[in-house]
Amino acid sequence: MKTFGKTLLALSLAGALTGVVQADEKVLHVYNWSDYIAEDTLANFEKETGIKVVYDVFDSNETLEAKLLAGSSGYDIVVPSNPFLAKQIKAGVFQKLDKSKLPNWSNLDKSLLKALDPSDPGNQYSIPYMWGTIGIGYNVDKVKAALGDNAPVNSWDLVFKPENIAKLKSCGVSFLDSPTEILPAALNYLGFKPDSTNADELKKAEELFLSIRSSTAYFHSSKYISDLANGDICVAIGYSGDLYQSKSRAEEAKNGVNISYSIPKEGAGSFFDMMAIPADAKNVEAAHVFLNYLMKPEVMANITNFVQFPNGNAAATPLVDEALRNDPGIYPDAATMAKIYTFPDLPANAQRAMTRSWTKIKSGR
Amino acid sequence: MNISRSLSRRMPSGRHLVIGVPFVWLFLFFLLPFIIVLKISFAEADVAIPPYTEVYTWAENKLSIVLNLGNYIFLSEDSLYLAAYLGSLKMAFVSTLLCLLIGYPMAYAIARADKDIQTVLLLLIMMPTWTAILIRVYAWMGILSNNGLLNSLLQSIGLIDAPLQILNTNVAVYIGVVYSYLPFMILPLYANLVKHDQSLLEAAADLGSSNFNSFWKITVPLSKNGIIAGCMLVFIPVVGEFVIPELLGGPETLMIGKVLWQEFFNNRDWPVASALAVVMLAILIVPIILFNRNQAKEMEGRA
Repeated sequence: MKTFGKTLLALSLAGALTGVVQADEKVLHVYNWSDYIAEDTLANFEKETGIKVVYDVFDSNETLEAKLLAGSSGYDIVVPSNPFLAKQIKAGVFQKLDKSKLPNWSNLDKSLLKALDPSDPGNQYSIPYMWGTIGIGYNVDKVKAALGDNAPVNSWDLVFKPENIAKLKSCGVSFLDSPTEILPAALNYLGFKPDSTNADELKKAEELFLSIRSSTAYFHSSKYISDLANGDICVAIGYSGDLYQSKSRAEEAKNGVNISYSIPKEGAGSFFDMMAIPADAKNVEAAHVFLNYLMKPEVMANITNFVQFPNGNAAATPLVDEALRNDPGIYPDAATMAKIYTFPDLPANAQRAMTRSWTKIKSGR
Repeated sequence: MNISRSLSRRMPSGRHLVIGVPFVWLFLFFLLPFIIVLKISFAEADVAIPPYTEVYTWAENKLSIVLNLGNYIFLSEDSLYLAAYLGSLKMAFVSTLLCLLIGYPMAYAIARADKDIQTVLLLLIMMPTWTAILIRVYAWMGILSNNGLLNSLLQSIGLIDAPLQILNTNVAVYIGVVYSYLPFMILPLYANLVKHDQSLLEAAADLGSSNFNSFWKITVPLSKNGIIAGCMLVFIPVVGEFVIPELLGGPETLMIGKVLWQEFFNNRDWPVASALAVVMLAILIVPIILFNRNQAKEMEGRA
C-alpha cells in the first residue's frame, strides 16, 4: 500500500510538472472591456480547449491604446472600438488573422463586415465582437412629468432644444464624457455630416452645447448607469448596453424607477468593439482558437443575453433571447439601421480640435 | 606597505560607495526618465509604435538631430495651458496654506504632549496613510455626494433643506488635497517643534512676555525650517496632482495633470504631453532648489 502511495505521489508530481510546462504554452492573455462577457464563457472555453485564460479588463479605449502604442503589452487578444482600431492598424499594432484557422468566420454578419471595411480594410485584422448605439436612456415617469405625454423621447430635440432640456434640468441630464462620440451627434442634429472635420461646423456644434451647458448635470462615461437606476438623473446620453444594464438594475432594485432606451430618429452613432491579435502576441495559436470559439453562434448568443449588447454574428441572432432580439433599441429595424452612423478615424488635428472644443464646453475655457 | 596604501587610496572606498548610492539613484530614477521625456518633447507625433518620430537618426555615417520646437511654441499659443498651470499653482498654494494653518497647531500640540502620548498621536496622524490613497479619496466621494453622509447629517439636524453641491467642485478638491497631504505638513513641523528649548519660553515669560508674543517671536521663527520643509512637501506634489481632482473635482477644476492626460490619451500627442511635463518641472524646480538650499542650511546649522 505504501509503495502504491509513493508511486501515486511521484506520478502526481510528474503530472504537476508537465502541467506547469503545458500551462506555459497554453495560457492566453485576453484584455477586454469590463462587464463585457457572460459569466460562464471563459470557464466553458477552458473546459473545451484546455487553454487557460488570463482575463484582464479595461474601461476606456485610451487606456488600451496607451498600452498598445508603448509596445509589448503582453496580451494575445485585445478589444478596441473601431475608430481606435483603424489608427492602431496604421501604427502596425496588429497582425493579420489567419482565416484558415477561423472556420466559424462564415457565421459573421456580412453587411456588418462591409460596414467595418473603412476601419479594417478587407477585414484582415479583426472580428466584430459586440456593438451598440449611443442614444437616449430616460426615466419614463420623470420625463413625462417634466415635458408631458408628448415628450420627444425618440429625438435629439429632447436634449438639444434648450427649452426642453431646461425643463429636465431639475431632474438631471448627463452626457458621455467623450468629444469624439458626442460632438458627432450635435453635428448630425444640425444637419452636417457626423464625421465632419470642418472648423465652422464644429464651432456650431460647440455653440449648441454651450447653449445647453447650464442645464446639463454632468459629463461622465460610466456614472450614469447607477445614477439613472437610482433616479438621481432622469436622462442619460450613453451606450445602449450600459443603459439596458441601468434598466435591469432598477428592475432588480424594485425602486419604482422605469427606464427606457431609444435610438433618436435623426440618427445615432454606433461603436463596434473589435477583437484583434497584437503583432507581438506570444500565443497566436491559442488566440485564433479563442476567436473561433467566440464565433460559435451559441457562445455569442449567450454573451449577448448576458451583456445586452447585440453581436456581429448573424448565425447567433435566432438564439438570442426573444425579448432582446425583438427590442428595437438593441436590434434596430432596417429604417433605424439606415440612419445609424459609425465614428471615423479622425486626423490628428481634427481630434485635437474636438478635444479643445470639449474642454471649452465643459470648463468654459 | 606603501604600495597597498596608495592602492587603497585609489580604489573606491566604502565612503565613496555610500555617497555614490544616492547619486546613482537620482541618475536612474530622476535624470534618466527626465532625459527621455525631454527627448520626446522635441519629437513629432506620429502613427507608429511608439507614437512619435525619432529625434536623432544615424545613417550613412551621418548623425542627424532634428529638434522640433513646435510643441513648446504650441503651448504658448493657446491660453488653456497657461490657465491650467495657473490653476494648478493656485490649487497648490491655497492647499499648502490650509495645511499649514491646520497642521501647525496639531504639530505644536503633539510636540507639547507627554512623551508617551506623542507616539500615539503621531501614529494617529500616520495611520490613515497606510490605506491606499485611492480608497480614501473614494471614501470622500461617499461623504461629500448629494445623498452622502455629510449632506444627510446636515439635513437631518435641519441646518439645510436641499443638499449642498460639494462633490465635483473645487471645494471638494481642496478638502481631498488638504486631507491627503496634511501628514506631510505635520511630520516635519513636529520634528522641528519637538527640538525647541523650553527654557527660552520660560525666560520670555519671566521677562513679562505674553504667551502669544513668545509664540510669535520665538517659536515661529525657530520653526521656520520645519514650515518650509512642510510647505515644499505639500506644494510640489499638489501641482502635479491628478487623481484627487479627477475624482472629486468638476468641470471647473482645470489643472495641468488633467490637461496632460488629455494630450496623452485623447489627442495621442505624446510630444505635446512631454513638453507640458517639462514646463511643469521647470516651474517646480524653483521651489525644489529653495527647499534644497534650506535643507543645506539646516544641516550646516546642526554641524
